[in-house]
Amino acid sequence: MSTAVEAATRAAAQPTAARRRRLRRLVRRGPFYLLLALIFVYIVFPFYWAIRSAFTPDEDLFRTPVQYFPEHPTLGNFREVLSTSDFQRALINSTIIAGTVTAIALVVGSLAGYALGRFRFRGRSVSLYLMLSMTIFPQIAILGALYTMITRFHLYNSLRALILSDLVLVIPLTVWILTTFMRALPPDLEEAAYIDGASPFQVFYKVMLPLVAPGLVTAGLLAFITTWNEFLYALSFTQTPDKHTVTVAITTFTGKSGSTFQVPWGQIMAATVIVTLPLIVLTLILQRRILAGLTAGAVKG
Amino acid sequence: MAEIAFEDVTKVYDGGTLAVEDLTLEIEDGEFMVLVGPSGCGKTTALRMVAGLEEISEGEIRIGDRVVNELTPKERDIAMVFQNYALYPHMTVEKNLAFGLALRKLPKEEIRDRVHRAARTLEIEEFLKRKPRALSGGQRQRVAMGRAIVREPQAFLMDEPLSNLDAQLRVQMRVEIHQLQRRLGVTTIYVTHDQVEAMTMGDRVAVMSEGRLQQVDHPEVLYRKPVNEFVAGFIGSPSINLVESRLERRDGGLEVEFGEHRLAVDDQLAGNISGLERYVGKDVVVGIRPEAFEDASLGSQAPPGRRLDATCDRTEPLGSEVLAYFTVKARSILPSAEGADAVYLGEAGEEASEPLARLVARVDSRTKIAEGSPMTLAVDTSRLYFFDPTTKGAV
Repeated sequence: MSTAVEAATRAAAQPTAARRRRLRRLVRRGPFYLLLALIFVYIVFPFYWAIRSAFTPDEDLFRTPVQYFPEHPTLGNFREVLSTSDFQRALINSTIIAGTVTAIALVVGSLAGYALGRFRFRGRSVSLYLMLSMTIFPQIAILGALYTMITRFHLYNSLRALILSDLVLVIPLTVWILTTFMRALPPDLEEAAYIDGASPFQVFYKVMLPLVAPGLVTAGLLAFITTWNEFLYALSFTQTPDKHTVTVAITTFTGKSGSTFQVPWGQIMAATVIVTLPLIVLTLILQRRILAGLTAGAVKG
Repeated sequence: MAEIAFEDVTKVYDGGTLAVEDLTLEIEDGEFMVLVGPSGCGKTTALRMVAGLEEISEGEIRIGDRVVNELTPKERDIAMVFQNYALYPHMTVEKNLAFGLALRKLPKEEIRDRVHRAARTLEIEEFLKRKPRALSGGQRQRVAMGRAIVREPQAFLMDEPLSNLDAQLRVQMRVEIHQLQRRLGVTTIYVTHDQVEAMTMGDRVAVMSEGRLQQVDHPEVLYRKPVNEFVAGFIGSPSINLVESRLERRDGGLEVEFGEHRLAVDDQLAGNISGLERYVGKDVVVGIRPEAFEDASLGSQAPPGRRLDATCDRTEPLGSEVLAYFTVKARSILPSAEGADAVYLGEAGEEASEPLARLVARVDSRTKIAEGSPMTLAVDTSRLYFFDPTTKGAV
């Protein structure tokens, strides 16, 4: 009898108790979510603004009140930018440079990573740390030396000048990443391949290289992004618009009119979006490989 | 197929560690040789020197009639099975098996033939298209074996191939590997730390300790006639009981005394061991295998010289038999046993200064022996072992 009453009161009390608990949790977590929202806006808003401006016709750009969403969305800016021959040229230049640099950096990085990660030799850790310390220097520190080199080799105002100087920037990173990946592979695999009759080079490209594929993807993507975004060298070592990369092209952008008095913000923003797209697409495509690589490295067997 | 010979082989690592010292060992054509010993005894290093994965510091290794010291693994034409299998994770089972053959530029049809034949032998045909990660431990083990046999090499080298398997599978694979080796007749060196594997698989077993070869012989000889305390302690499970004792002559026969116990050495045994006379009145280490004991109450009355009264400290029923532990007031020899005693006796609160040895007897499962109560054990004194206390060698 008494137990039945108790059960009934408990059943009645339950909803309010549960609601109170939920409310308390919300209050406790409230500041956290607020902070999260603030950070989110802080990070994402600039991107949103670039995209918004790219789709807004020039005459609406500075109109008050501010349009957070374009009232007359247009693809005009994109059309204009893409039909500019200098920008087209810059896109091609950037693709050539970033592609070449990435390819060379991966070849050098995987070979060096194999040597540094798998073999014991005198000066191994010295070279590793020397390379790491190279990445500490700001780009500007080696600008002068690079400039001298480039003029001496008569490479000024050529894509090769940028490939050369970007490699300096990228190779320490790829070597470091691939050394880490190579080192994580169990030595038995290598030994098994030797016993199966492989030469050192066959061991490298038939066994080691496929196994560090996630590392290649990670290093390659980082190399590509670094090169694609590189600005200082591109600005310093090129002169004519036909050798400009996208980053330089955007800053010197004057639009179709060629007027230096009016900044075509809408087109610049459209150019920015176009330049960002390949990176986003690449990252999305390769994301799964990168994640797979991270977990595969963590869990053995 | 070929015989393999170590001749005065020494391995010193860069840091100065002496891993293998002066190893001389001949493995006959088609023989199954097991290298066994505790970890760090140099058995794996010895194997890796045959494989060409370690340089040989001194001495010579021959495979067939070739000295292989300076040859690459490829030129040695051997196959190796690794402890963690070392299958190529990015290749299917089929590609794993074919890898070595493809590197040797065999014609495609022959590769396919050989791979399928090996897969059939090991019953892994259905997995050929799978990657190693989709296989269980036992299946991976088979693939690793397959990769070795498909090459039809001069010799198989196996480095603890079963130690990653669970107990049941290990027993099964033990039998299979053994049968496979018998059928193929390929010279095999098998490294293990498990004396049961060594005893059951090896045509001959080489026992190693601290880089030195202790004894090499047929398994039953190692058990019956160990050359020293180490081999006696390593072969057999549970380990032999080794106790410091005194040999005396009494009533025409020989007796060993340890603690308050006295055992009469079987006359025939005493006659067979020629050097035993020299130890009369001196210290000697006596070894009694746990299986040389029996619960006296189960059999016919044993004579006094073949009986041992003790208090049972602990029993371990194993189903088919019972292990009964007891303590005697004498110095035990195996360091591992001493360590265990210290803890155990410390709890019991007995005077620790007095030497105490913990012995184990393996008795029939019908026994009524209980922990903490006195028992009488019958000892088969024709199965005693004697070792010199200083040289550690067998008398």
